[in-house]
Amino acid sequence: MGYALNFNLIWRHFDKLWGGLLLSLELAVISIAIGTVIGLVLAVWYVSAGRTVRAIIAAYVEFIRNVPLILLVYLVFYGLPTVVDLAYSAPTSFILTLSVYSGAYLVEVFRSGLEAVPRGQLDAGKAIGLTPWQRLLHVRLPTMLRITLPALSNTFISLFKDTSIASVISVPELTFGAQWINFNTFRIVEVYLVTTAMYLVTGYILLFGLRLVERRFRAAR
Amino acid sequence: MVGQILYALPFLAQGFALTLWVSLLVVVLSLIAGVTLGVGLVYGPAPLRWAVRIFSDTIRGIPILVLMFFVYYGLPAIGLHLPSFWAAVLALTLFKTAQVIEYLRGAVASIPKGQSEAAMAIGLTFRQRLTYVIFPQAFRRFLPPWINGVTDAVKGSALVSLLGITDLMQAINQVIGRTYEAMPLYILGALIYFAVNYALSLASRRLERRFSFIRE
Repeated sequence: MGYALNFNLIWRHFDKLWGGLLLSLELAVISIAIGTVIGLVLAVWYVSAGRTVRAIIAAYVEFIRNVPLILLVYLVFYGLPTVVDLAYSAPTSFILTLSVYSGAYLVEVFRSGLEAVPRGQLDAGKAIGLTPWQRLLHVRLPTMLRITLPALSNTFISLFKDTSIASVISVPELTFGAQWINFNTFRIVEVYLVTTAMYLVTGYILLFGLRLVERRFRAAR
Repeated sequence: MVGQILYALPFLAQGFALTLWVSLLVVVLSLIAGVTLGVGLVYGPAPLRWAVRIFSDTIRGIPILVLMFFVYYGLPAIGLHLPSFWAAVLALTLFKTAQVIEYLRGAVASIPKGQSEAAMAIGLTFRQRLTYVIFPQAFRRFLPPWINGVTDAVKGSALVSLLGITDLMQAINQVIGRTYEAMPLYILGALIYFAVNYALSLASRRLERRFSFIRE
């Protein structure tokens, strides 16, 4: 072995990790928010649309889900600006990528949730004279959200972990901070131990919070 | 542009072969390790169960990229020198193993308790119960998510490009470095990954339908 743990240099540069973690969370929250909107809109559209629209939405979902995220990140950051006249920073580029990426996963979650809403609930909504919009807003979506909450929590946490890919285009989030300390201090084991702990603790806090929300809104029996 | 890409095709094919090789190694090694540890998690003594639970929850709780850097840079620091190819395979295998453990646990848990009680009642030993009653049924629950997870292994293998290993992802980046044709090459790469993974997920869906006669 012959490797003595020494965390001093990690604490000296801890702002790189702490600031990185905050940026990771920011990237995750913004991307998930945009992805949720994409997912909801496309899922609602999908279940009521004709064959062509369904095929297009399915193509988007299948394409994104079957391509490595790192390739999509490169494609948007290095590839896209060569064909469209757009300039954006690395964080913006990553948020764009992760939003489109999370949208594809969330369409699937919401779509299966919408299909799991019991038929009787919609009929009941119709029977008491709700308009289609009211049925969607007051019957379908709330029930769907309750059904999908557990799957939704898992997807959110997984997307939070995916923000580490932003380090490949030098976005200074947590993994990038870890690499910076790795290369500049060579306290390799220490920095990845601390980084691992930070991802784990944050992930479990998120999970715990989301489980509380699930319990609060658990589908009524 | 087309000429340059055609010229680069053999190089890309080599990268693609390496992507498939890494994925295959990870899938096979993690299957062996994951099923072994998964059985330990379900049937093992308490200390083993805790150890597997902690392993699985820790590995699944951190980004695969962090795990890969940890293994790649960390092992030499403690005196273990693995070639970068095997360090990458080790890291990806650790990650996939944790997933396989959960697939196995889920599959076994989905078999009604009455099944193993009935097997016990007719006097089967523990090993016979697993071989003739539990595993044949659990296998059908295990297979679809596992095949679906193979696509994750193929996608995850693209991260080895960050360790200087020339897989498909790295080959694409290198060809872009020479030709500056970023967009066509990224799209070509995306289509190749898509073709492989979509075929795998179609297979998974077919199996799921085929095994759907099994009831709770």
